[in-house]
Amino acid sequence: MSLLNILLDGSISNMGAAIGAGLAAIGAGIGIGQIGKGAVESIARQPEAANDIRSNMILTAAFVEGVALFAVIASVLAIFIK
Amino acid sequence: MMCKSLKCFIIACLSMVLSIGVYANGDTTQIPNAPHPTNEGHAAPKEAGDFEPGTVIMEHIMDNHDFHLFDYNGHPVSIPLPVIVFTKETGLKVFMSSRFEHGHAAYQGFKLIHGEIVAVNEQGVKTESKVYDFSLTRNVVQMFLSLIILVVLMLNIAKKYKKQGAKQAPTGFQNAVEPVITFIRDEVGKSNLGNKYEKYMPYLLTVFFFILICNLFGLIPGSANVTGNIAFTVVLGVISFIAILFSTNKHFWGHIFNPPVPGFVKPILIIVEFLGVFTKPFALIIRLFANMVAGHMIITCLVMMIFIFSKLSLGAGLGFAPVSLAFTIFIYIIEVLVAFIQAFIFTNLTAVFISQAFEGEHHEDEAHAHH
Repeated sequence: MSLLNILLDGSISNMGAAIGAGLAAIGAGIGIGQIGKGAVESIARQPEAANDIRSNMILTAAFVEGVALFAVIASVLAIFIK
Repeated sequence: MMCKSLKCFIIACLSMVLSIGVYANGDTTQIPNAPHPTNEGHAAPKEAGDFEPGTVIMEHIMDNHDFHLFDYNGHPVSIPLPVIVFTKETGLKVFMSSRFEHGHAAYQGFKLIHGEIVAVNEQGVKTESKVYDFSLTRNVVQMFLSLIILVVLMLNIAKKYKKQGAKQAPTGFQNAVEPVITFIRDEVGKSNLGNKYEKYMPYLLTVFFFILICNLFGLIPGSANVTGNIAFTVVLGVISFIAILFSTNKHFWGHIFNPPVPGFVKPILIIVEFLGVFTKPFALIIRLFANMVAGHMIITCLVMMIFIFSKLSLGAGLGFAPVSLAFTIFIYIIEVLVAFIQAFIFTNLTAVFISQAFEGEHHEDEAHAHH
């Protein structure tokens, strides 16, 4: 059994997919956490702008989550396309 | 201190490399056979009557030829849908999908293999003829349902406005829809598109309400996952792309093919800017598709976890059930929120890209003067 056989039997792609999805979750968590931090600090500075800030926060969070889900789609493709 | 950590690092790397070398040339008799992957690529050994989470999850997310509601006594209970297939040899055939008996029987030379209709000969072997499948699958039926509800709802509300006029207080269902329409008109239309918003409001309102209704219907157990279908989102993205292209002006294309940058970076930037025209609708497509598929997959996976645990032992399954239920309810509520958010994001980003398309000369000095 050589290294090449281990690499070619398809299980490494499953591992790569799982690690990729986990890294995507880390990225999304850090990104949306920063957005939340900025939004909450801005609301603390100027409470009357809370509605504007909240809608901008949700919009930007959807962008970041979209990017994380690109990575999830890539992981799903890695599992189901041999 | 630096030398010590560097030494540790080098020792760690060397030991990793050497251990891979040991395993790679290891004893051949000890490595087990790689399991045969099933047709879905799910690499688990299949026993008769075994529970396969992978196929169940895929069945919930993909398109089917019937509405599979639940299983009773091992027998699936489902609502069959019409199958419309066309091949060059046999012409157009229309029949109900119950004839396929959930993939166990062939009918008039067709058989349902893993959700796909293939042409078979008398022995049940797949032939080479190409089958054009125009069936009313569950995605199509659910899309039509959303469409009918959208049109009936909006026409009723428009009739009420025509009868009462816009100055009277809203009554009945108008109360629920009017704030949403005003929200889209103000936050998405006016704030992004300025004073040209009226031309685009029909499209933006339609796409928002259609995606919202399709998302919300997809959350009902037993229904189809329409917005989680890449074909559906591709069509929506292409329509948005056409709307964006129709609002471009000379200034927009001038910025793409002749950006105001120094000469040595211009060739790279032209390629990047030209690709940017296509990546924006592509991101819209993938964002909506991935969000909806991920949401449905999470809900289904969390419920499947109960069955996976109960395969280990009945006690583990029963003990895990409340945990799984709590998580599932939590994710379900988030999915309702995501349904609204994704419809809003699609509409908002389409409006933003349209406004970028007809931007024109930069009027920053005028805008600051007005404040």
